[in-house]
Amino acid sequence: MNVDPVTFLAIIAMALVTYATRIAGLFVADRLVLTGRAKAAFDAIPPAVLVAVIAPTALTTGWAEAIATAITIIAAFRLPLLATIIVGVASVVLLRMVI
Amino acid sequence: MSTLLDRMTKAHSLHGQEARAGLRDIAPAAIAAVPIGLLFGAVAVGKGLSVAEIGLMSALVFAGGAQFAAIESWVHPAPILALAFSALLINVRHVLMGASLAPKVALTFREKLLAFFFMTDESWALSERRSMNRPITGAYWATMVVVLFFNWTVSTVLGAVLGSFLGAPERFGADFAFTALFIGLVAGFGRSRVTVVTVAVSAAVSALVHYFIGAPWHVASGALAGIGAAYLAAREG
Repeated sequence: MNVDPVTFLAIIAMALVTYATRIAGLFVADRLVLTGRAKAAFDAIPPAVLVAVIAPTALTTGWAEAIATAITIIAAFRLPLLATIIVGVASVVLLRMVI
Repeated sequence: MSTLLDRMTKAHSLHGQEARAGLRDIAPAAIAAVPIGLLFGAVAVGKGLSVAEIGLMSALVFAGGAQFAAIESWVHPAPILALAFSALLINVRHVLMGASLAPKVALTFREKLLAFFFMTDESWALSERRSMNRPITGAYWATMVVVLFFNWTVSTVLGAVLGSFLGAPERFGADFAFTALFIGLVAGFGRSRVTVVTVAVSAAVSALVHYFIGAPWHVASGALAGIGAAYLAAREG
């Protein structure tokens, strides 16, 4: 049951930041109304972060990953989440054997 | 005496009804989260985290998106500030969610400080839907979030234990599972012009920064570029 001290601090920092976002709404309830470009920027946060996290793996690792990414994107607009993951993982395994 | 007993029995059955409603509403989301939790644990072990660290992270952070993002670009020693900043970016949506839900929950302010620790996309969305007809009671909320909390902590720890027996995740393509999961989540935001611009700019900047500067800075710079692009691409008004 080993816990690295730096990892522990990182987990605590992530936990505190996350808790702060969860209760911040209690203090600003009914006063937080975003419109126009500010709302678009706020709504863009989740997809922008998700894409930024995976872009290096998806695009610059190699051909197998890049092609699997394209296949997964096509699947993602047609299949439920779990099926999308299965298609993505299966295609990367097959492509790595071929390429 | 009988009226008091009646009242107590009535309150008790109401409590039970609310708890059952919470259980019924959250069940599909909880079941769907099990394989995702197993996957998280298995890949996190592959990145060098211990089972204890994974359990601690699931219990204290309790936010799938932020945990996935942290593990995907995990390096040793952990970059504390970069991880906290990407957790902030991913979770800042909670501010709007909490502001919207807070007046609809029938709890005191102090109780909400505890209750909202457990707020997730799923419990928030289900409560918003239910609140159109009736207030959100403590029993309803507690049932949902306790189920999700144990579901997530147990499935991620189980995944970590299984993962440490299975060995290198690349062998099963499991290292690509996050990428596929995130692509699936991003697809859920649709194909509007602003979303497409956001995704394209974020991907390009992230890949370039990762190539020329390195992890973990690609996350913050790619995300901020994508958010800026959305601001510019959207119409004022």
